[in-house]
Amino acid sequence: MIHLITEIVRLLLIIMIAVYTYDSFKALRSNTSERVANRLYRKQTTIVYLTVFCSGLVLYLHTNDQRVIAITAAQSVLFALAMLIYKQIYEYANKPLINNMCMLLAISFLILTRLRIDHAIRQLFMAAAALLITCVIPLLIEKLKLWKRLTYFYAVVGILALGAVAVLGRETYGAKINIKLGPVLLQPSEFVKILLVFFIACMLYQRTDLHQVVITGIITAIMILILVASKDLGSALIFFVTFLVMVYVATQRPIYLLAGLSMMAAASVAGYFLFSHVRTRVLAWKDPLAVVNDQGYQICQSLFAIGTGGWFGSGLFQGMPQKIPVVTTDFVFSAISEELGALFALSMIFICISNFLMFFNIAMQIRDQFYKLIALGLGTVYGIQVFTTLGGVTKFIPSTGVTLPLVSYGGSSILSTMILFAIIQGLYKRAFSEGDLHEKRQKRQKKQKRS
Amino acid sequence: MRRDRRDRRNKRDLEIMDLEEDTRRTGKRRPHARNVEFAVVTYAFLLLFISLCAYFVYFVSFQSEDFINHPSNARLSKLSDTVIRGNITTKDGVVVAKSEIKGEKEVRVYPKGRTYAHVVGYNSNGMAGVELERNFQLLRSHSFFLTRIANDLANKKSQGDTVVTTLDSKLQETAYNGIGSYQGAAVAIDPDTGAILAMVSKPDFDPNTVASSWKSLSSGDNSSSVLLNRATQGLYPPGSTFKMVTALSYLQNGGKMSDTFSCSGALSNNGYTIHCYGGEVHGQQDLTQAFGNSCNVAFATAGLSLEKGELKETAERLLFNRELPTTLSNVKKSSFTLDGVEDKALVMQTSIGQGNTLVTPLHMAVIASAAANNGTVKTVHDIDHIENDNGNLVKSFDHKNSETIMTKEEAKRLRIMMRYVVTNGTGRRLNVSKYRAYGKTGTAEYSSNKRQSHSWFVGFAKKGKKKIAVAVVMEGAGSGSAYAVPLAGRMFDTYLGE
Repeated sequence: MIHLITEIVRLLLIIMIAVYTYDSFKALRSNTSERVANRLYRKQTTIVYLTVFCSGLVLYLHTNDQRVIAITAAQSVLFALAMLIYKQIYEYANKPLINNMCMLLAISFLILTRLRIDHAIRQLFMAAAALLITCVIPLLIEKLKLWKRLTYFYAVVGILALGAVAVLGRETYGAKINIKLGPVLLQPSEFVKILLVFFIACMLYQRTDLHQVVITGIITAIMILILVASKDLGSALIFFVTFLVMVYVATQRPIYLLAGLSMMAAASVAGYFLFSHVRTRVLAWKDPLAVVNDQGYQICQSLFAIGTGGWFGSGLFQGMPQKIPVVTTDFVFSAISEELGALFALSMIFICISNFLMFFNIAMQIRDQFYKLIALGLGTVYGIQVFTTLGGVTKFIPSTGVTLPLVSYGGSSILSTMILFAIIQGLYKRAFSEGDLHEKRQKRQKKQKRS
Repeated sequence: MRRDRRDRRNKRDLEIMDLEEDTRRTGKRRPHARNVEFAVVTYAFLLLFISLCAYFVYFVSFQSEDFINHPSNARLSKLSDTVIRGNITTKDGVVVAKSEIKGEKEVRVYPKGRTYAHVVGYNSNGMAGVELERNFQLLRSHSFFLTRIANDLANKKSQGDTVVTTLDSKLQETAYNGIGSYQGAAVAIDPDTGAILAMVSKPDFDPNTVASSWKSLSSGDNSSSVLLNRATQGLYPPGSTFKMVTALSYLQNGGKMSDTFSCSGALSNNGYTIHCYGGEVHGQQDLTQAFGNSCNVAFATAGLSLEKGELKETAERLLFNRELPTTLSNVKKSSFTLDGVEDKALVMQTSIGQGNTLVTPLHMAVIASAAANNGTVKTVHDIDHIENDNGNLVKSFDHKNSETIMTKEEAKRLRIMMRYVVTNGTGRRLNVSKYRAYGKTGTAEYSSNKRQSHSWFVGFAKKGKKKIAVAVVMEGAGSGSAYAVPLAGRMFDTYLGE
């Protein structure tokens, strides 16, 4: 009987997320009317709650653990709170973004409960704390004027934080990423990403001549070199691409993009010959089965999981995702694909893509160059991070060990991502108060009334 | 209409104001439209994401099989919690492996026992053969969905899918009985499709008792390596069957079919002498006749006439030192090492199939099937399709890939020579009217004792559109024409009809 329910829920979850994803792309289209859009959002919200309850049922049936019920209930409250804050209190919040955030969190709690219930509980607390901390951010972004003036403050704090990790950090899987502050394990690069975006936006808002670009580049390069020294190559890549994209858009000069991309190519080749850990990753990427028991172990376990799960997944508790190393953080996607199916996983990728498009959409609508660059930078950070982590665990590119925003386990990761989402919400609000969007919306409403 | 136009004008004014503001701040005019860069970056990212998704779809659809079936994938054992391991059958429907429920336990039974031991394999102590290669499919159930739901509710296991091999049960029996008490291997391929029709290796074992007799089967001092599938993993000196390669190389490098060789029974070069088999003297003969008589002197002469590396190039085109195009795992590569022309003795030996060359019987059958199929080799496979317990198709395999290892013209010349072997040469026993046989015999010396030699036959036969390519090797049996040829004949008889 339990097996049958598991099977039904497995198919139900795939159907629901497919519908959800389809709707989130439908909502991206600019010509959707207010009424239709709101109906879509309500449907999405319903699917989020259904996903939570269906998966909660299966998880409870398999574990017989009272905590699962508590997690399910707490999740529902958390999502209700998030939606209340952003949809009711903040007048002009971007609703699809809130829905997507809740959906990705729901997937995270679902798979973490399946994998390690204590991680799920900690993640839940972290998410709740993050929601409370970040709910004032949209207001701060809108009202405070000092964001444009803190230029070198961002840079100094960023460099100090990364430097501290390089010197004092704990080594995990050969890379120094974490630093222990009392009882908390902090991953500063997750936050410095955001500081970097603010720093670059400040610099390029002031001027976009060569001199300014070079100074910005030098400070970014310092951060990247510290990351390379800590062997945190995934973050180094994210920093570099973010810098490149922001400079290109701000200066409108393709030459920067071309120069940067060729530098990246040269650096990859140099890194391959200089560092053995880079060669290891490339080796494991080229033919993982040939080195299945050493360098290729991680990626092979990931691909065994994805492959054996197939399009429709094995069903919750029917697979062996525990076999994958660091499955709750870097390789969470593989566990999802194994038990919930490649179709589910693919839909999740598309939700991430729709987030990315939404970020860029908002960036395009903002008129103030500074905030425009912020939105652009954060969108890039999000996009490249999603791409590198998913590409890594599916063997599309060599794996670099970064987390999947909102889904992977980890306090720093979830807090920084929720900060990022909150800033975007603030920028969206700003775009409204700039008047442009507001007018458009009113116009549309009037048009509807007339017809 | 008018309102729209006004809106548009307002919007343009706003944009101009924006531009002016920008100009004031940066001291420079921006010539581009505002969002070109955004479009570039957005599309670049979209391209990345779409290729990621496309790759992911490709991986799950096509590439994942290598990973699913990999022995290191621990997940498969979990599938047996809900599925009864499926049957393995021959193409003509004979069940060669099935699972029986005895009380709580599931027992794997092999009704045909030793006959299919190597090719079907076993499902304990690490698995082998089809049991290993198709482990995943055997542990999946595509039974009627209501049956599966009913089983779920009753907490019963569902019946796993049936793997239908390409083997022909009569041919397999013939090959198995034909080798008799000799050690060795026999393998038969359908040249048109690459399907394996029979595969036998001896000494054999009883797959029903692998678990209980594992110690003696796998122990290091078991010198006859019972578990080794000699058809795919046995490396043998090819003996005179290698003359197919030497002949092709000779023709590829300027030699002609009409070239004549004179044989006085022995050939000396640089102080090394080789003799023809049984001390025979063949006299004047062209290439085809020399091939038919398996004249060592002629082929050593042909080998000596080749330039450095030419024989190796031909051999490697014929898949020596390379992976065979096959879906079977654990197939050994044949090896050909001769590189220079300085060591005349080694050149002469290599040209007649002695020297350091080693081949698998499967590889020799592949070369024969290329000759039969105008030079083209189809992917060699042993699984025809997967069906559910009601016989409905679950998955068929598409082996459209092919590799051309000799030209059409070369294949035709090789066929002329192989036919001559049957009509006038060492394979005359196969000269019957019910089918047309082609081939090459071999007697491979493997020790200093010249009396001890492996008996080889490599060839094919056809009747109408039906074809079969075989390779037979019988260890220590002596001359090819005396032992391997009759077995090949019985296999042809069985497959192409009496």
